[in-house]
Amino acid sequence: MKRSNWEEYQKSIADDKYYYARSCIRQNFFPGSEKAFLDIMQRDLGKEVFDDPLHTSCTGIGYHSDIVPLETIMTVVARQFALMNEAGYENFISSCITSFGIYTELLSTWEEFPETEERTRENLYKATGREFVKPKNLAHTSDIMFHHRHAIAERMTRPLINVNTGEPLRVVEHIGCHYAKIFPKKGIGGSEFPYVLAGMIEAWGGEVVDYPERRHCCGFGFRNYLVQANRGYSVANSQKKLESMAPYKPDFIVCNCPGCAMFLDKWQYTVAEMEGITYGRGGRGIPVLTYEEMAGLVLGYDPWKLGMQMHQVDVEPLLDKMGVEYDPSAKYLGPNGKYIGKPEPAIVNHRSQRNLYSIKL
Amino acid sequence: MAKYFDMLMEDVRMREGLKACMNCGVCTAICPAAEFYDYDPRQIVETVQSRDDERIEELLRSDTIWYCGQCMSCRPRCPRGNTPGYIIQCLRLLSQRLGFFVESEKGRQQLAIKRTIGENILRTGYCLVPRKILPEMHPEQGPVWRWVFNNDRDVYALFTPTYRQEGAGPVRKIDEQTLEEIHRIFEVSGGKELFDCIEHYSDQKACEMGYGGATREYMMDTFTKNSAEEL
Ligand code: SF4
Ligand code: SF4
Repeated sequence: MKRSNWEEYQKSIADDKYYYARSCIRQNFFPGSEKAFLDIMQRDLGKEVFDDPLHTSCTGIGYHSDIVPLETIMTVVARQFALMNEAGYENFISSCITSFGIYTELLSTWEEFPETEERTRENLYKATGREFVKPKNLAHTSDIMFHHRHAIAERMTRPLINVNTGEPLRVVEHIGCHYAKIFPKKGIGGSEFPYVLAGMIEAWGGEVVDYPERRHCCGFGFRNYLVQANRGYSVANSQKKLESMAPYKPDFIVCNCPGCAMFLDKWQYTVAEMEGITYGRGGRGIPVLTYEEMAGLVLGYDPWKLGMQMHQVDVEPLLDKMGVEYDPSAKYLGPNGKYIGKPEPAIVNHRSQRNLYSIKL
Repeated sequence: MAKYFDMLMEDVRMREGLKACMNCGVCTAICPAAEFYDYDPRQIVETVQSRDDERIEELLRSDTIWYCGQCMSCRPRCPRGNTPGYIIQCLRLLSQRLGFFVESEKGRQQLAIKRTIGENILRTGYCLVPRKILPEMHPEQGPVWRWVFNNDRDVYALFTPTYRQEGAGPVRKIDEQTLEEIHRIFEVSGGKELFDCIEHYSDQKACEMGYGGATREYMMDTFTKNSAEEL
């Protein structure tokens, strides 16, 4: 298979008028990213995105940890579609890869087994009195960002270039298993040559890093993280990826899925605390960004307004490389500039003794 | 007799996920759970395909079916169009419905997931909310999360005017009528029944194990104990 194969995996993406569904994980750990998505779309690009107070979780984490049955998640999803119809929209966009996988799976199941759609309609009507029409277009929010990447490039103030060397920044992209492994045709580039994040990186001046474990899972593994006793699975899988990418010396990691972004960030902290190992330059961790944060930085947004102070691995080394002007003392300020204390230090943000970064290929 | 196989086949995910397995092992080669655990999706598919009640029951009572991480990496790679990850979902559901899940340590963990994620959904409308990610239960979240947790109102206020309040925005409070709709959806579509079933069998097993019922202590033990690590 050739890299250009991604071109065969195209999907139609609506240009405007989106119904926005939030993500449990993204809104918890990256609330600034959800805000940035809306600001970029609405304010910078003039798009219409509806943020509905009535929608809920899709319950996908419960579904993939097997406490929410198929019929139940189908009905919850049907309710979201009904809300979209009631608000007058046809293009459903989800801010979460688990949800995106769920929506894709259920729409396809309804297609293939029409009796399941019938039963869902009955259940929804019985439970809520609502009825629904399926969306005309379904996309993940990163698809939308990808779709508008050239318009963002036109407004770019800080490309993904190292200001000290003039070289493109080296970026590891992680698209998240459920973006394209469940239904490859529904993800830009499919599951083998995903292009959704790579397309943004290239359009904004960076260089995509290829490395052996690029397609490996971040390690979430649902019940393997949710239950404390199983978390060894989760950290071991993240570690496998980190060890594989470190020799390629990435400047940062960008994730499609909020869960992956959180795990690759937090497990670097854990590995550093447990084993004293770090994977980035100078004995520190590799910064992990969401694609909204990456877009926000190239558009000149303030990193603390993007919520990057909520990361465990410090992002300052990356900000310095990009020439971002930021106020270091503003990092831990609350609303109205009130100082609210700061987190305890961690090995991942200081020079560790054992660093995999310098391993020769 | 293939009673378990027939029960499994009632689930559309089995019809989608099991065509005919040729035992090639491609799924196992790519599976992250197979790397970490003594786990082999190829063998699971082969066992189910055998339709042998005894072997399938053994599977339903085992730790094995609970190792899968549901990443679905196996799905696009199977040359015969099977999805071991879907088959696992069906086995897990049947194991819970028949009460077999409490016979394995990994299976018993379902109670902890029901009482955390499951109850979050019904109480808040989300699978997780900041106040429920307790730093002492999540040491891996590190000092920055502890800082967010201890200053949640100030930190989230930077990004939304509606933290834990009604209205649009991230980590908002979901209104009562919406939560009621979610409850009713769980009632009519079998979600509530599955929750009750997990509680029921867990309670029975906890009594048998000397906990006097599915107490918080029992639940916390399922959440934290890993006898493989104690070996
Ligand atoms: S990849 Fe498919 S055919 Fe091969 S062992 Fe796995 S399920 Fe069977
Ligand atoms: S879904 Fe389960 S069986 Fe399939 S590759 Fe992932 S962990 Fe392995």
